[in-house]
Amino acid sequence: MPNNPHAELLAVKNLRIEAAGGVMLLDSIDFRLNRGEVLGLIGGSGAGKSTLGLATMGHVRPGCSVRAGEVLFNGESLFTLPAGRLRRIRGARIAYIAQSPAASFNPCHTLEKQVMEVLTLHQGLSAKEARNRAIGLFEELDLPDPELFGRKYPHQASGGQLQRAMIAMAIAGGPELLILDEPTTALDVTTQLDVLTAIRDTLKRHGTAALYISHDLAVVVQLARRILVLNQGKMVETGATSDVLAHPGAAYTQRLLQAFSQPPAAPAPAAAVPAAPVQPALAVNHLTAGYRKMPETLKDISLRLERGKTLAVVGTSGSGKSTLARAICGLMHFDSGSVEFRGRPLADFHLKRSREELRSIQMIYQQPDTALNPEQTVGAILGRVVSLYFGGTRDAVRARVGELLRMVELPEVFAGRKPWQLSGGQKQRVGIARALAAKPDVIICDEVTSALDPGIVQEILALLKQVQKSTGASYIFISHDIGVVRRIADDVAVIREGRVIANGPLDNVFRHSVHPYIDLLLASVPELRTDWLAGQAHRHASLSALGGGGALPLQCPTTCNPHAETSQAHGVSQ
Amino acid sequence: MRKLIVLQGVASVTVLVILAVLVLLAPYVSPYVWDDVVGGVWDPVSMVNWLGTDNLGRDMYSRLLYAGRVTLFVALASTVLSLVIGTTVGLFAAVKGGWVDTVLSRLVDAMMSIPTLIFALVILSILGTSTPVLIATIAVLDSTRVFRLTRAMAADIVVLEYFEAALLRRDSVFRLMFVEVLPNILSAKKTEFGLRFCNNFLEIASLSFLGMGIQPPLTDWGSMVRDNATIISFGGIAPLIPATAIAVVTIAVNLIVDWTLESGSRHAQ
Repeated sequence: MPNNPHAELLAVKNLRIEAAGGVMLLDSIDFRLNRGEVLGLIGGSGAGKSTLGLATMGHVRPGCSVRAGEVLFNGESLFTLPAGRLRRIRGARIAYIAQSPAASFNPCHTLEKQVMEVLTLHQGLSAKEARNRAIGLFEELDLPDPELFGRKYPHQASGGQLQRAMIAMAIAGGPELLILDEPTTALDVTTQLDVLTAIRDTLKRHGTAALYISHDLAVVVQLARRILVLNQGKMVETGATSDVLAHPGAAYTQRLLQAFSQPPAAPAPAAAVPAAPVQPALAVNHLTAGYRKMPETLKDISLRLERGKTLAVVGTSGSGKSTLARAICGLMHFDSGSVEFRGRPLADFHLKRSREELRSIQMIYQQPDTALNPEQTVGAILGRVVSLYFGGTRDAVRARVGELLRMVELPEVFAGRKPWQLSGGQKQRVGIARALAAKPDVIICDEVTSALDPGIVQEILALLKQVQKSTGASYIFISHDIGVVRRIADDVAVIREGRVIANGPLDNVFRHSVHPYIDLLLASVPELRTDWLAGQAHRHASLSALGGGGALPLQCPTTCNPHAETSQAHGVSQ
Repeated sequence: MRKLIVLQGVASVTVLVILAVLVLLAPYVSPYVWDDVVGGVWDPVSMVNWLGTDNLGRDMYSRLLYAGRVTLFVALASTVLSLVIGTTVGLFAAVKGGWVDTVLSRLVDAMMSIPTLIFALVILSILGTSTPVLIATIAVLDSTRVFRLTRAMAADIVVLEYFEAALLRRDSVFRLMFVEVLPNILSAKKTEFGLRFCNNFLEIASLSFLGMGIQPPLTDWGSMVRDNATIISFGGIAPLIPATAIAVVTIAVNLIVDWTLESGSRHAQ
């Protein structure tokens, strides 16, 4: 193992990678990583983070090529190594952890078998030794029942557990370098905290060097001593984490930091809205609904959405947030209770609702990729809604489509484009425009920012606020991201296991000690301090115990493990 | 590998185009009328009869071209009909869901559980063996496969948000089927067309060979194999000529399908 603990392990020298047609992906990338050191790699989507992550393993995606520079691992240039030798280095000495653990495991084999494979293949252990070692790793990573955990298949474990199993698999071969590509991005805040702690402890215990790739500055800051900021394929800034945080040099870094430092917006005084509307825009009264296999996904939910205001519905995945959205839209059967729109109860099934009622409640979806029909132009997508609800000549519809595109700050020529020609943020704007096309009174925003980059999130939130001001629409803003909710919501309802556990104005709900579950949610949001994760260590233990021991006032019906809870839920509400 | 696939594809298109031109222009390019007796029984290949004569002394080459018209027309017509039926019903099942989907899917399962050739033989012996009945029978039986694929692909789409948005507009079932879903599965339909065509083409040839397909005085390649089958025991090549034609068309269409799949996957990247 390492002879000299501080020797240089990885050196990337003046690297330039191009895609087909000479499109620059990375240019003049130059950095070094010593043994046992953790380097954070920050950047928005398209910055080249993943390309760089793969390049440090000597891999370039098909169609791309290395135009200049080299990657040295222990002094050996990875791009010139013969394939067999490179393969022995990967897996044994460099390991990679990807964003989606579900996609990285083979669904047909047990987790144990996949972890053991690394050991038998790279270290020549016998099956029995490998199994014992795997169990040891599961134990080290705090996985429940390490003896039995390995017998599970990937779909039987929750996202957080899978990501920890992935870490077990990566460190099984005793690598010197670990590349983590957005390992917690797909996870819930509370789960993210668990996985981050596991990563930090593992790196420390084994003295492994790591390249931690993320778009989330607050997460990177917890682990990395040094950070490297990447923007559009170029290095923007690099330095010790605390220095960069205190004195960001590049304009891009300053903008990244601003996104965090923005104070929780005080709810804007509702000037544009007539004072004290008596009747709420939408009211949910004692609603109970569920699926055939998951009855009572929503239990006795009561909410009130004031006109022109934003009600945030907050909860971890599986809490029933999306089910609530479906119920309000008319895609769920109500077991009891009602949804009232302007004082009149709505039918539970959309086919029983009037066209006018359907027009009044619109949805904006989480995944801009699947929210728009890929075979239709933006003009057709928007035009369909306009002509359906308001009719008019072809020219009138076209004019209205142009107006809608201007409202969401997109050029009018986009009417002729298809969704694949747009970026994620642009697609989300089209999704917003489609909702606006119906001139709705209520817009349900279902996790509209969670698939977007931090910079784009800012823009979309600003747009939503502006639209609310000009149209007076009310929003139901469903999110698991407390930071985002703080920036947009007037009122908040916190949902856990299908029940509202707190409901009221933002500032009243997001105070400590309203409810232990809210404390857990609030405490799990990474803060932009280098010592935040360390501070969470003892806290995390006590809060996990709280989640796991049933100390929360709500009783969990079957499993009381917060991870198990997310796993059950994945199949349900997504 | 990629080059080979393209090469095969281009060669196949060339062969099929030549064949199609010959077959379409049969009255002008064939040396004899297709059912005139012009020589002895099973005359060998000669300058007079380019591919020899058949069991009644008719010119093989001329018959091959005329029979090709019938074979290709019946195969094309039944494939188009099969795709129309299968796609429409498949989309309907996926969009409607629930019991409609269950009933249609089980019905299709039941039909698929009976071997197509035997099922077709039974239907044709009940309804008689006219050409329209033959086309309809093959189309309906084959549409079960189209239904399966269409339904499976559409089922992936009806759970997506853009479909949900259309549902919440109360778009008509027709619009949901043909505006929201169909365009998204159309690219796979091109490939499917080739595969279904090959299948139906062989199916018709088999039925004709068994005597339940195209009936005299019309003829197709399958019937020609049947008519001339006995000479093979005496070393004559007559039945091999229409059999070769069947093989060439099937292989060519398959190679073109490979080519479209290949270029399709490159686009996906």
